[in-house]
Amino acid sequence: MARYKGINQISGVDRIVVALMIVVPTLLMVWLVWLPAIGSVLLSFTNWNGIGSIGDAKFLGLKNYHDVTTIYPPFWPAVRHNLIWLAVTFLVATPLGMFLAVLLDKEMRGSRIYQTSFYLPVVLSLALVGFIWQLMYSRDQGLINGLTGSTIDWYGDPKYNLWAALVAACWRQTGYIMLLYLAGLKGVDVSLREAAKVDGANERTTFFKIVFPVLAPINIIVLVVSVIESLRAFDLVWVINKGRNGLELIATLVTQNIVGEASRIGFGSALATIMLLISSVFIAIYLRIVMREDQR
Amino acid sequence: MTTPIAVPEVAEESAQQLKVSKVATGSGKASRATQIFLAVMALVWFFPILYAVMNSFRDYAYTAKHGYVSFGGFTLENYKNAWERADFSHTLMNSLKITVPAVLLTLFLSCCVAFVVSRFSWRFNLALLGLFTAANLLPPQALLIPVYRMFRQIPMPTWLSDSGTLLNSHWGLILVNVAFQTGFCSFVLSNYMKTLPRELYESAVVDGASVTRQFFGLTLPLCRPPLAALATLETTWIYNEFFWATVLLQQGDKFPVTSSLNNLRGEFFTDNNLVAAGSVLVALPTLIIFFLLQKQFVSGLTLGATKG
Repeated sequence: MARYKGINQISGVDRIVVALMIVVPTLLMVWLVWLPAIGSVLLSFTNWNGIGSIGDAKFLGLKNYHDVTTIYPPFWPAVRHNLIWLAVTFLVATPLGMFLAVLLDKEMRGSRIYQTSFYLPVVLSLALVGFIWQLMYSRDQGLINGLTGSTIDWYGDPKYNLWAALVAACWRQTGYIMLLYLAGLKGVDVSLREAAKVDGANERTTFFKIVFPVLAPINIIVLVVSVIESLRAFDLVWVINKGRNGLELIATLVTQNIVGEASRIGFGSALATIMLLISSVFIAIYLRIVMREDQR
Repeated sequence: MTTPIAVPEVAEESAQQLKVSKVATGSGKASRATQIFLAVMALVWFFPILYAVMNSFRDYAYTAKHGYVSFGGFTLENYKNAWERADFSHTLMNSLKITVPAVLLTLFLSCCVAFVVSRFSWRFNLALLGLFTAANLLPPQALLIPVYRMFRQIPMPTWLSDSGTLLNSHWGLILVNVAFQTGFCSFVLSNYMKTLPRELYESAVVDGASVTRQFFGLTLPLCRPPLAALATLETTWIYNEFFWATVLLQQGDKFPVTSSLNNLRGEFFTDNNLVAAGSVLVALPTLIIFFLLQKQFVSGLTLGATKG
């Protein structure tokens, strides 16, 4: 038997096993995530239409980007809708989720039941959420119109449908954010709170001076989640009307340009690259936070 | 799909207080006003689901005549119709065929990555973990074109996929789901595995246990808690996955349940009670998982917050 050479000692066979353990998943991920990401960026500079070989595609430089921003009518509305989506998740769902978490962090009867009610929507898919809210919003059979007597088609009218979708999205997102903050609040030092109480600080002061600073990393995580979620918001508007007529989002435009009859690959890739650029900034922020403790 | 995300440890010092704060619960007693506010909010939050369940049991003719702000007309017909119209016996099977292999494969591959990264210290560990975690957060729509094109080019034997390519095949969908979800799971699992005492491995090595034995005999059994949480979470996510299923499968008979709900909508007329029944049917598996394994689900969503 070989002499014990420390914990990292590995034999020939083991070396192969370890290599396989890391190489197989890595290859799968590189193949299906990173290569496509690079592919999207490269294709965005070409005029490939999807028919014929890629070799025939011509290099266009930034023409696709120029076209997207100048002669593609749904682009700017989609950007606006994505920004509104982000603003609403950040200004409505996040404070509400945080508020509920702070309240639920207290000692009370029925806390678990309340929590369950708030995060129950999180287990439903966004597509399903779209269907469930259709029962509220439908013009002829919806509860809202049934109660108020209005005849607004909440999912169909471009004046209202983005907001209707956002209400449904926030219904789901709030519970998720509440959970993140509840986990964060569990980490707040009790003795700090007690000390604040002894010093005569009221609840509001305690929250803003002691609890909130401790939650800072969670706040950034929630910001990142909000940005990425609003960029990926797709399912909900796709089940409503495939992202048309007031519900254009960058994600739905990409999909329409590729799956629809007009397969404008280069053009769609330019849109995809814009999504990648925005998300990578926030992914970098996220990685910096979660990897920080590992680096030490 | 919810962005799966690992929460970093809140603060170094507070981690030690964790046990204390769990016992001493939060910031004191709730006032009556708080209690009432929460009760009202909880009811409001629960209402859409309750309303869907209620209307799924109501007859269309009744609600059409009396309006939805009424009571009565209860029937089970909607469930029967929805089950047939959306072909649920078939699509639920499809969901099962996609979800189970995808979850198992994701967990297995993530365990492999996490094991190597946490057990052996190499220079590229952190970079690799970063690469995996980042992959998990990229917007899938941005990767659609190359994935779609590649899958169309890759031939598959017809006994594996009747379309003859990875496109329009459950295998392709499973692979994409695995590739995306492995990042999150590896990250969570590696954080957990780092907390396992190294002496365990030392004695295993001294005993001459191979890497495979260490992995299957030592690491995996010890990782049961995070694996249970991740399994719950990933099952829900992959079952709920909508985007890839919609774009990578083109034949209706391959769709999982979530994508098949559209069959319940008519082109000119939609019976909302039927949609409600279909929604309840689709939600049922996730709701059952949720109520049975609520603790796992919640701890899964916030995994990493306490390093296991």
